Amino acid sequence: MTEPQTRHITLRVNGQAREITTPVRKTLADALRTDLGLTGTHLGCETGLCGACTILVDGRAMRACLMLAVQAEGHAITTIEGLAPSPSELHPLQQAFCRHHALQCGFCTPGLLTTLVEFLHDVPNPSEAEIREAISGNLCRCTGYDTIVAATLEAAAMLRPQP
Amino acid sequence: MNALPPAKGQVIGHSVTRLEDGPLVRGQGRFAADVNFPRQIFMRVVRAQIAHGHLIAINTEAARALPGVIAVWTHADVASIPPIPFRATRLQGLEPYCQPILAAGRVRYAGEPVAVVFAENPYLAEDAADLVLAEIEELPVLLDARLPPAEFAPGTSTEPAIVRKQFGDVDAAFATAFDVVALDLSVGRHSGVPLECRGAIARYDAAHDVLELHGTAKKQHWNRDEIARLLGLRPHGVHLFEGHVGGGFGVRGELYPEDLLVCLAALRLGRPVKWIEDRREHMVATNHSREQHHSLRAAIDAQGRLLAIDAVFHHDQGAYVRTHGARVADLTAAMLPGPYRLHAYRVAGHFRLTNKTPAATYRAPGRFESTFVRERLMDAIAARIGVDPIELRRRNLLASADMPHARQLDALGTDVVLDSGDYAGLLDKSLARFGWDALQAELRARRAAGELVGAGIGFFVEKSGLGPSDGVRISVDRTGAVELVSGAASVGQGVETVLAQICAETLTVDYRAIRVVRGRTDRIEFGNGAHASRVTVMSGSATHLAALEIRAMALATAAPLLQAQPDELTLARGHVVRIAAPETDLMSLAEVAAHMGPGSPLMIGRTPGLTAERWFYSDHMTYPYGVHLAVVRIDRGTGEIRVERYLVANDIGRAVNPMLVEGQIAGGVAQGLGGALFEEFRYDEAGQPLSTTFADYLIPTLAEMPALDVLVAEDAPSPLNPLGVKGAGEGGINGVGAAIASAVDDALRKPGAITTLPILPRQVHAMLPR
Repeated sequence: MTEPQTRHITLRVNGQAREITTPVRKTLADALRTDLGLTGTHLGCETGLCGACTILVDGRAMRACLMLAVQAEGHAITTIEGLAPSPSELHPLQQAFCRHHALQCGFCTPGLLTTLVEFLHDVPNPSEAEIREAISGNLCRCTGYDTIVAATLEAAAMLRPQP
Repeated sequence: MNALPPAKGQVIGHSVTRLEDGPLVRGQGRFAADVNFPRQIFMRVVRAQIAHGHLIAINTEAARALPGVIAVWTHADVASIPPIPFRATRLQGLEPYCQPILAAGRVRYAGEPVAVVFAENPYLAEDAADLVLAEIEELPVLLDARLPPAEFAPGTSTEPAIVRKQFGDVDAAFATAFDVVALDLSVGRHSGVPLECRGAIARYDAAHDVLELHGTAKKQHWNRDEIARLLGLRPHGVHLFEGHVGGGFGVRGELYPEDLLVCLAALRLGRPVKWIEDRREHMVATNHSREQHHSLRAAIDAQGRLLAIDAVFHHDQGAYVRTHGARVADLTAAMLPGPYRLHAYRVAGHFRLTNKTPAATYRAPGRFESTFVRERLMDAIAARIGVDPIELRRRNLLASADMPHARQLDALGTDVVLDSGDYAGLLDKSLARFGWDALQAELRARRAAGELVGAGIGFFVEKSGLGPSDGVRISVDRTGAVELVSGAASVGQGVETVLAQICAETLTVDYRAIRVVRGRTDRIEFGNGAHASRVTVMSGSATHLAALEIRAMALATAAPLLQAQPDELTLARGHVVRIAAPETDLMSLAEVAAHMGPGSPLMIGRTPGLTAERWFYSDHMTYPYGVHLAVVRIDRGTGEIRVERYLVANDIGRAVNPMLVEGQIAGGVAQGLGGALFEEFRYDEAGQPLSTTFADYLIPTLAEMPALDVLVAEDAPSPLNPLGVKGAGEGGINGVGAAIASAVDDALRKPGAITTLPILPRQVHAMLPR
């Protein structure tokens, strides 16, 4: 087995420092899934078009399939596994997705949730049209999308500081 | 009487949240690619890059020499394995057209597996696959199913079968008709394209002589039996497991060459073998669907009433017959008459092979196509005799009094008998809900202001609940925990929640406390999986029957202990109570189960356990129906079609969970819009696939979705099952092509302008007035 070019890197993933030795050609998505066991980041196309593998890198939504693991050295990464505050609680977006039936098969869901975490951080009081634009780069083959928009509106209200 | 009362229940009929969602929103799902075993190796498929040719030689030396490569196989290595079989239809003689698991001497489509590489990691496997060189002598390609058949192999042609159905005297009807309306129509090649690609992970446990296949979906029991047969194993020593499934839509869970290859490799190489399809592969390897070309004629009377339909269509099956045999062509032929009264009908479906990726079912197979064709015909008849398209449909719809209506046709080996329905009633409801009359005035005003806007309709009849049987076993343990084991599968639609709701209704327990097991051959001996909108009808009915039996067993066991007669008792809050004093819990189901344990004196000489398995049988399918209404606007500059508003009205007899039903319909609409406006597998003149990424195969995004309204009707419960349910999985997609075509015609003010799907901007632009 030959993988001559490997690098030892340190990532900060969901608040924890993680060290891996990885071939330089390995994608960040593959490293997260296979080296770190974080299989919630899903690969739907490996060309950056479907959005299923979206993660947060220093708080910005990125396609994990389009980054190499070595490019993430020293950056803070949040994956779907890092969204819920505890094993017994869900993030408001996760709660709202359940309540509104905003997922069916659930394959695109992690990428949608991470995309929306960034979006609601930037736009805490979004209009429906703004939500539609924010996730127009995420493909979902099951829901027809409307329930995702409704869930996002509700989560936004939950996340806003109450007056 | 086993039938459930029609009223909303305590759990049934409520939009409760799903059991499935917790792990999925946390990223804890287990999809195929998430399955890993120690010491696993990775398979990569080498695919033909030529659409048709003789396979002269395959050079695997360089690949074998790559460090980390374990094996490279070509057809010579797997020649003992029979080709992929098909499930029975009434058509005979399709065996010569089945696909070998690796190409045997000839490649017939770009993407056909010609070799497989096994390596220590997926990157290496891909490197090695690039080094495998297939020498192919090119042959002429056949890319149009309408062209005369060619030779498939010596002695066989590229027309394996013609599906023929007929009733009534067609020729006499045409001879005496007031008029004849004829159309030529085409539906483009597209498919389910789930967001998760396929995957298969096999391992062999020599200690117990069990071969396991993971990452499966849809048809575990049939696939188990076939894998065992093809590999020469005993079915009890082969088990299939279903984790989470990232969308099925007909294409996932069929038996493909890759499934057999990983199983064979796990047996031969002695290590777990993992194969995960990538998207580019998916577009050329996983079943295509839909592509058909129709020529049909209708004989009508002076009022536009149908006297007869005479239809011929060419079904583009692609390069091989796959597991569905000729099922899509069969369904197309059987379902074409739809909701209309028809006295005579003749159809010939030419089931033809071409040099494209093989095709099979995609959500509403044969119905998306035939609804488009039939509703185009109804619009054309309306235009011919000069009546409103809605009025024309009213004149032809079957009436409630006609139900049940025997079509004198068969589909999937059963007679088509429309079991119940109030077609005209649902049409009225739909038009009122959509504001159809006011809409017409609004559209006139917008046209007067220069806009290209129009409205359209598609009426559909679905089929669901294919038999023959499904079983469910429910067990209550001594802690009161309820487990439901089903032979059904889940492709992400909420099967666990729906079965738990049906079970909870009778057992009066919290549906969230019920564990639902599905998609596993090691937990139940038989099963028919999840397809053809069958699970709620078949497995749901079996669940209801098994829960009734658990209830009867619990009451019979509790009665002597409570010094009562069973008929004085009932269940409430998961407890046995007296009917006369229902507020007092007398004995929990956990206590009843404890009394029924193997050590209990009550059970001496009997089979212990509060557990029951019940089977539901059905000879006939049940037929949901509905209406699609659409409003579109055409951009004068580009020909782009914007769908502004959309309504689906769908009568499914009873909605166990209305929220999930609406979700099924909404998702179906999105996919239908894809097939109507965007999605198409295109090929160049050499048979090279041109739609291999999401940049050139366009799945609708949120930006393409219209304002959608869903009307779930429960006016016509099915008389064929105790729940009164009909399947809800396919009504959302069925009529989209029809309704959009009708609306685009209306916007163009050119009846009959749209004859092909998908309707592309450049075609529409060419039709615009200069």
